[in-house]
Amino acid sequence: MGLMIEDKQFVIPGQRLAEGMDYLPANGTYREEDNIYSAQLGIVNVVGRLVKVISLSGRYIPKTGDTVIGKITNIGFNGWMVDINYAYESALSLKEATSDFIERGADLTKYFDFGEIIVANVINVTKSKAIDLSMKGPGLRKLKGGKLIEVTSSKVPRIIGKQGSMITLIKNATNCKIIIGQNGWVWILGDDLNDEMLAAAAILKIEQEAHTSGLTDKISAFLKENSK
Amino acid sequence: MTQYSKRFDGRKADELRPMEAMVGVIKRADGSAMFKIGKTVAFAAVYGPRALHPTYMRNPEKGILRCNYNMMAFAGSGDRVKPGPNRRSKEISLVTKKALASVLDLSEFPNTVIDVFIEFPQTDAGTRCAGITAAVMALADAGLIIKDMVSALSVGLVGDSVVVDLCKEEEDFEGGAVDIPVAITNKDSKITLLQLDGLIKKEQLFRALDLGKEAAKKIHEVQKKALLEKFTQNGI
Repeated sequence: MGLMIEDKQFVIPGQRLAEGMDYLPANGTYREEDNIYSAQLGIVNVVGRLVKVISLSGRYIPKTGDTVIGKITNIGFNGWMVDINYAYESALSLKEATSDFIERGADLTKYFDFGEIIVANVINVTKSKAIDLSMKGPGLRKLKGGKLIEVTSSKVPRIIGKQGSMITLIKNATNCKIIIGQNGWVWILGDDLNDEMLAAAAILKIEQEAHTSGLTDKISAFLKENSK
Repeated sequence: MTQYSKRFDGRKADELRPMEAMVGVIKRADGSAMFKIGKTVAFAAVYGPRALHPTYMRNPEKGILRCNYNMMAFAGSGDRVKPGPNRRSKEISLVTKKALASVLDLSEFPNTVIDVFIEFPQTDAGTRCAGITAAVMALADAGLIIKDMVSALSVGLVGDSVVVDLCKEEEDFEGGAVDIPVAITNKDSKITLLQLDGLIKKEQLFRALDLGKEAAKKIHEVQKKALLEKFTQNGI
């Protein structure tokens, strides 16, 4: 009876997590007869009676409230289609894009043109996987210049750090503006190309070593070593 | 039937060839894995879920799975393997897909496709089994919902003895051999792939499957170790 594993343990699909009816299956798990099994590769999280598995790999899956970086792929009569590194395209409607009055038939490329990069908020994800974006909110805007890199979306929290500690460290050391989308796209703008390259290298280093401890110190040393 | 008492490489009847596995070997892919058994090496890369084109192939209820089995030109026993799909590789791609589809839950991703590419730089025997074993690790690495892990191996009859994991010499044994690739789930030992052409007695088939189920557990241990190693490598 009870849990077969420890909290925060890594598990693989099909592994038995709990026995008996004391626990309830949540995300990434399923019940079969009396047992709860893992359905994903990841780390176990036990909250009260709920047992869930948090995936640490794979593609980005949007959730309402996520801030993402996207690329304009198409312009329609009613708004824009945006690629946010997901299997489904997301839509940015006119209403959510700007508070300006836009006349019928106006040229929408004035606001966002093909291939332009924006930072937006996910406001709705429907059952049929239609994703709505919004540009209304602090810091949501078009991104001009700079450089865009891609990291695994599950490593994003590590790159940001506790209360933004890690990203602040990189920003201060390299003097770059950095915006991280939950979808794993990272936008970097610095005064100098070398600064941008250093910031990108630091972020990719975090991605690679995300599961190791003492990462802040390592990155701090890495930045110091390479900033000359 | 011809007697076959000692195996070519000196293994016991229920002994597998030496195995090795690694996860995350292809950085650009959403999930990837390598599985090596004896001289057979399989690489699997998973891409997706991603938008499916042409759109008429889309399934609005769940995502579809596409598998591609390919032997590299230099992978055979010396003769150049002609590149591109052929009757054999198409069939193997299909059975691989069916072996994996029964454990994979794609209902979360309607209208999309998951692409699985399985490549063989080096082959000996049991390629489709090594491919399935690698592919299921790659799918797990891609963060997809998988009800259970699958381990695949070949069982069969060489001469008059029932053995697991036939090597190339045994497949080509002049006294006659029957090669049966099977894929077995770990949790409740269910069979998701079974192919058989040749003549084998009912008791021998059941004995072969029983041995296979035991051996599949050993493959599962290798898979499990490789999947967990991905999170602990580079030293904690």
